[in-house]
Amino acid sequence: MTAVRSRRERSKQLIDEYLLSEHQLAQMYYYMLLARRLNERMLALNRQGRAPFVIAGAGQEAAQVGAAMALKKGTDYVAPYYRDLGVNLVLGMDAREAMLNLLAKRDDPNSYGRQMPAHWGHRERRVVTQSSVVTTQFLHAAGIALAAKMRKDPIVVLASCGEGSTSRGDFHEALNFAAIHRLPVIFFVENNGYAISERTDKEMPLEHVADRARGYGMQSAVVDGLDAIATYQTVAPAVAQARNGGGPFLIEAKCYRLWPHSSDDDDTRYRTKKELQEWARKDPLKQFRQRVEDDHIFPPSELDEIEGRVEEEVRDAVEWAMQQPDPAPEDALGFVYKEL
Amino acid sequence: MAETTVIEAVRSTLDEEMAGDDAVFIIGEDVEAGGVFRATEGLAQKYPGRVIDSPLAESSIIGVSIGAAHYGMKPVAEIQFADFIHAGFDQLCSEASRWSYRTRGDAWLPMVVRTPWGGGVHGGQHHSQSIEAYYAHMPGIKVVAPSFPADYRSLLKASIADPNPVLFLEHKRTYRLVKQDLAAAQGETQLGRSRITRKGEDLTIFAYGLMLHESLAAADTLASEGTECTVVDLLTLSPLDTETVLEAAKMTGKVLIVHEDNLTGGFGGELAALIAEHAFEYLDAPIRRVAAPDIPAMPFHHAMESFFMPDRTKIAAAARDLAAY
Repeated sequence: MTAVRSRRERSKQLIDEYLLSEHQLAQMYYYMLLARRLNERMLALNRQGRAPFVIAGAGQEAAQVGAAMALKKGTDYVAPYYRDLGVNLVLGMDAREAMLNLLAKRDDPNSYGRQMPAHWGHRERRVVTQSSVVTTQFLHAAGIALAAKMRKDPIVVLASCGEGSTSRGDFHEALNFAAIHRLPVIFFVENNGYAISERTDKEMPLEHVADRARGYGMQSAVVDGLDAIATYQTVAPAVAQARNGGGPFLIEAKCYRLWPHSSDDDDTRYRTKKELQEWARKDPLKQFRQRVEDDHIFPPSELDEIEGRVEEEVRDAVEWAMQQPDPAPEDALGFVYKEL
Repeated sequence: MAETTVIEAVRSTLDEEMAGDDAVFIIGEDVEAGGVFRATEGLAQKYPGRVIDSPLAESSIIGVSIGAAHYGMKPVAEIQFADFIHAGFDQLCSEASRWSYRTRGDAWLPMVVRTPWGGGVHGGQHHSQSIEAYYAHMPGIKVVAPSFPADYRSLLKASIADPNPVLFLEHKRTYRLVKQDLAAAQGETQLGRSRITRKGEDLTIFAYGLMLHESLAAADTLASEGTECTVVDLLTLSPLDTETVLEAAKMTGKVLIVHEDNLTGGFGGELAALIAEHAFEYLDAPIRRVAAPDIPAMPFHHAMESFFMPDRTKIAAAARDLAAY
């Protein structure tokens, strides 16, 4: 009895240190797991010839979920990039919608079949529509933040990208603009080690993308992006500071891209099995489960229950989404111009 | 009556729009000081915080405007010279043009990008260019190129009110050259409509911007020689008023297209194709184009600049040939 109580007290104390409630921790695991299982199922559908293209975020779920959970849902904006399934799940996308998006179904609210999968966008959830061009959305994030500042709305914008994209001009222009105007933008770089086949050293002569911030007079941080709790703990105070007029923040989450760039990429051409195996041992999902079990936050049965729920949701989503209508061919024509 | 210049029509319209709607704001290089052409003079003082100097970065100006428009503001961005807009080509063509399309109308962008274009001001290669063809090629962006002050006024108002990205082209040579009594001008011009500015039965000239004025001058000359020209002010290049274009072509059966942009791939090619495709039976002569030569850009020296630019003399010569066909 005493042992049980002290274990409970210990876990309560840990939860305080995490800055996250038990419920939030359970949600964190759920979102990360859902992202991974969805991506796995998407790739399987691609190999079966049922989905033409998959681009996934395996290895980046902790960074994505940790960062997105630091935002105010329905208030804050996100300008994500194509790997950010985890971000979208936190903000309200469910498994069925993820599968609608993969299959480019008529009712996918991200683009109604008009864009490749994983090009997110949802007005009510405040997910800004994105293209395949990288870091253009960083300037959109700055523009949203500028507008919100002009209107005195206390919102924060989170813009994310991979480290490869940070070579583009729009990345630098956006940091510069946001810093000049002290805009409430969190620039969140998910450094997964690769821009398709190019390692980070071909993209920049620095070890950390975060070091760029100094050149723009901006605060920055590096965080272990394989650790969802650490990511949340880093992003949440930056969000609070930005909301209170403290200006933009560049956060680099160190992750690893566990899968090839996309379903069309063969990563054996540019990285070794040994490297992959080493990183697979640090899989963020495994790490999270291990940690919350070791810290006695949840009994294993509770985590198993989450796993079971996720499996069921993914199974249902595929079955359901495959039955949904495709867009009509002539639907290609509409909405070139908005009419109010 | 008091006459208004093009630049004053632009400035006073911006003033009125800012007074009427808090969502309207201006962003661009040097705009707080009034801009290099003085289009925003006095507005920063009158509307504090709503005229925003940007860094010298065109992609920023357009990209930030996209974000602000998405949020519900109505940015009016200024690109100091059209020649420099291409640094923002990606933001305009990969992003702004598709905002409504790729969200099936869930999101839209009420934004205007104003920029001075065209030559005749000793601006050399990078302060003289015609850029309309690049952007008129891109569905999803509206491209407007007025000629008279009253049209600048009504089309700028319409562009700001429009829920789509509008590229608003202001011919810099006409800024202080062309004047008009606004009160006496024809009624409000609508986005997407062209206007038959002059009617004559012998041939039809299509033009916009400075070339519209040169075409009208050429038409005067031809009238004194007994040849009557119809002159169409295109006003909006995209989406094009195909109805008026075809009507005007059919009226005379002889078509002369004038633009300052170089010939190949210029907007005139699209007009010619449209007319050839849909009004072939009405044509009495091959469609002719008067355009700049196919060299990369307008050279600086005044003699070479004049050689490059189409003008009333060149237009009149082409019109005489066509009338005689």
